[in-house]
Amino acid sequence: MIVHSILRIVAKLLIPYILLFALYVQFHGDYGPGGGFQAGVIFAAGFVLYALIFGLGAARRSAPPAVVESLIAVGVLIFAGTGVVCMLGGGNFLDYSALDHHDPQHGQHLGILIVELGVGITVAAVMISVFFAFAGRGRIR
Amino acid sequence: MIQAIDILVLALLACTAVSVVRMRSLWAAVMLTGIYSFLGAGWMLVLDAPDVAFTEASVGAGIATILMLSTLALTSTEMKRPAASPVFPLLIVGVTGAALCYGTLDMPHFGDPNSPIHQHVAPEYLKDAVPTVHQKELKVGIGNIVTTVLASYRGYDTLGETVVIFTAGLGVLLLLQGPRKAGGSDGREEGAP
Repeated sequence: MIVHSILRIVAKLLIPYILLFALYVQFHGDYGPGGGFQAGVIFAAGFVLYALIFGLGAARRSAPPAVVESLIAVGVLIFAGTGVVCMLGGGNFLDYSALDHHDPQHGQHLGILIVELGVGITVAAVMISVFFAFAGRGRIR
Repeated sequence: MIQAIDILVLALLACTAVSVVRMRSLWAAVMLTGIYSFLGAGWMLVLDAPDVAFTEASVGAGIATILMLSTLALTSTEMKRPAASPVFPLLIVGVTGAALCYGTLDMPHFGDPNSPIHQHVAPEYLKDAVPTVHQKELKVGIGNIVTTVLASYRGYDTLGETVVIFTAGLGVLLLLQGPRKAGGSDGREEGAP
């Protein structure tokens, strides 16, 4: 394998900022453009870049497929679970105002933040898993 | 000025689309679809839809291009010359496009504040979402209305979308990974079949 020093160093510099930007998009989605979908894709893009430069094996060691694949379900469960918690709090399914009875607006904030986190986790995990699945296959012909 | 940018971006979009169709080399076609997505994202930004532009840039230009390229790594990179004549499909596409253009004639003008879509529930969303002095009266009170609509007012839709992504990911994994070996090891580290 040829060692592309420039690519490796640039990727090493960039990847932390890509992941950080993904987290910013994730948790600042309430006020700026972005949200769970975009953040998940950007987060996955960081791992894809890592896999492209350092090889699939290294990427699989840093993001074990078993963990990533279970995170696919965890994200959906966080989203749906928030709805159930709202019901337990006396509201309707996904009625976040029921999360905080003293300050419904705070409940909405909290609900949106958690739900977006669920979306982000599922999207990032699906993208990483799908890329691993594609990249892990040998050439067919 | 904005109109000039619109025309320029749309012209570039049309050029890219035509080049993608005429291209035989699939590598080049995939890169051009990435450029198409970026142009689309740029145009969305001109239309004041940064959330959509963001999604288009990250999903359409980023991940979709990567996945297409990894598909090409598995299959052929050169397109076969189609056996059938392209005249009939072109006719169908032309007629459908003309019908769609005809359909837009009845639609409200772009950005018309009196159009039905801006009169139905949107005013209430805007009233609830934009912070004012009376913060406590707000139902949601989050700066980004897109996020508010997506996650709160249309929470069921977003849950459905998340489940769609979940299902799609599951389907791709089932198709591409094949059966796992029994007994701990997941059987994918042994190299390509």
